[in-house]
Amino acid sequence: MNFIGQLKRSLAVTKKDLFVFYLKGPVLISGILMPSFLFIAFIVGRNLSLSFLIPGLLGMALFVTVSSIGPVVVQWETRMKTFERLVSAPIALWAIIFGDIVASLMFGLFITFFIFIISIILLGVEIISLSLVIGTIIAAFCFSSLGLLISAPPTDNPSNMMMISSMIKFPLLFISGIFVPISSMGKWKFISYISPLTYYTDLARYSIGGTNNFSPIVDLLALFGFSILFFISAVIWHKKSLTKRF
Amino acid sequence: MIKIYSIEVRDLTKKFNGFTAVDKISLVVKSGELFGLLGPNGAGKTTTIRMLTGIFKPTSGTALIGEYDIQKNPLEAKQLMGIVPEMANAYVDLSALRNLLLMGELYGIRKKERVKRAEYLLKLFGLYEKRNNKVKTFSKGMKQRLIVAMGLMNEPRLLFLDEPTAGLDVGSVRLIRKLIKEFNSKGITIILTTHNIEEANQLCDRVAIMNHGRIVAIDSPEKLKSTFQSTASIEVAFDKKVKAEELLFGDVVTETKKVGDKIRLYSKRTGEVIPMLVEYANSSGSKIISLNTLAPNLEDVFVKLTKE
Repeated sequence: MNFIGQLKRSLAVTKKDLFVFYLKGPVLISGILMPSFLFIAFIVGRNLSLSFLIPGLLGMALFVTVSSIGPVVVQWETRMKTFERLVSAPIALWAIIFGDIVASLMFGLFITFFIFIISIILLGVEIISLSLVIGTIIAAFCFSSLGLLISAPPTDNPSNMMMISSMIKFPLLFISGIFVPISSMGKWKFISYISPLTYYTDLARYSIGGTNNFSPIVDLLALFGFSILFFISAVIWHKKSLTKRF
Repeated sequence: MIKIYSIEVRDLTKKFNGFTAVDKISLVVKSGELFGLLGPNGAGKTTTIRMLTGIFKPTSGTALIGEYDIQKNPLEAKQLMGIVPEMANAYVDLSALRNLLLMGELYGIRKKERVKRAEYLLKLFGLYEKRNNKVKTFSKGMKQRLIVAMGLMNEPRLLFLDEPTAGLDVGSVRLIRKLIKEFNSKGITIILTTHNIEEANQLCDRVAIMNHGRIVAIDSPEKLKSTFQSTASIEVAFDKKVKAEELLFGDVVTETKKVGDKIRLYSKRTGEVIPMLVEYANSSGSKIISLNTLAPNLEDVFVKLTKE
């Protein structure tokens, strides 16, 4: 079976995911509202510049939306009894996971695109480096892969996975320089290095405000590295847990 | 060139944390055969199917699907198969047509061909009028027809059907059975897992009976019945209540069983039992309302082989 053939089948999975899980009014609305509310709750009463706020909002929106449904797609499919049909088709497990990741990525990019547009048109934010566009796509893949990695334990209970997912996602939000600049974290700033969101937020700050902790190349390489790590780990773990799903 | 065997299984074993679900089974299924896999719950049927369809990795043993080893070339082997897994579901938020098109895409069928094939199957399974309706609006019978149709999207050489008629209305059962026969007559090899012994008896060329992870018998339904001739029985009904144990007639009858208002007597010497029953009726002052001799059926064979 050739690689291109498998990629085409991945896109069938992506299309299916978009129709079944993402392109629904409540999902789209909550995709916009959830990060917006979190952000508003944080900025109200604080005197912060747009160049600090917008990169944080972008990072949070991308991270929260991309990793919102990915961790439970496999659980839903197992519960709805559609997953067995999917894995018995001539499509490799990596291609199924890749398809799920791309669906999640597209959903996240769609929401983030809105924030970009609002930031540019309404708030007059200027993007000074196009590395942000490439970085946003890589970051979306990275966060989505993390979501699929979180979904690997063989349970068919989506609410359990939601809880585990929140336990992983929310601490990452707080250590990634979105709400508190990394430079203010003192001796604890090394913790932020383990979060892929740190590098995306840093890249966004560089591309919008011109300030950064790492070089944009380092940010992009880190995001790329995390993407590969999460994707490969997700495939390996899903392969191991497959038998236990049925 | 079409191979003589569609499936060749050698010493296939699956263990889950030390528990042996399938224990060194070996079998061959010829091309064009309709092969039944019977067994009580927990016998290992579904685990066997899941190994043959590449979902579970066997602990040991090999399985060839056509010319491909399911472990070494799983994708090529799966490309030959159509699969209707037990308890499978269609995507309820998609329409029937979109479900079929999705299957077509997963099997790498070109767009024009998959639309044509999907429409053909929708018509064949009586779902064409509802093709654009979401599956969540379908009845159980309609859903199951769609699920079987999804297994046929790739025009498989080999079709696995795991309990395809379980819990369905009579109309859907008849339609699915009729189509199983039709597809088999077109040369598709079919592996049918079922709890319904009469269904296996009616449809299958050969059946394998599984128990505790092993194949305990494998043959055509008729040969299996004749092998277990001792299970021939007589069913008798009296006008008065009669104790079943009074009809053992020494060792002539091996077993008696109450079946509704009748008593079933199992014996190797059924010819001797009939006059004994008449004599018993005369002496006890009761009348025989009905008396039927029953040839051994597949259910008897199944019960005998899977009894603890």
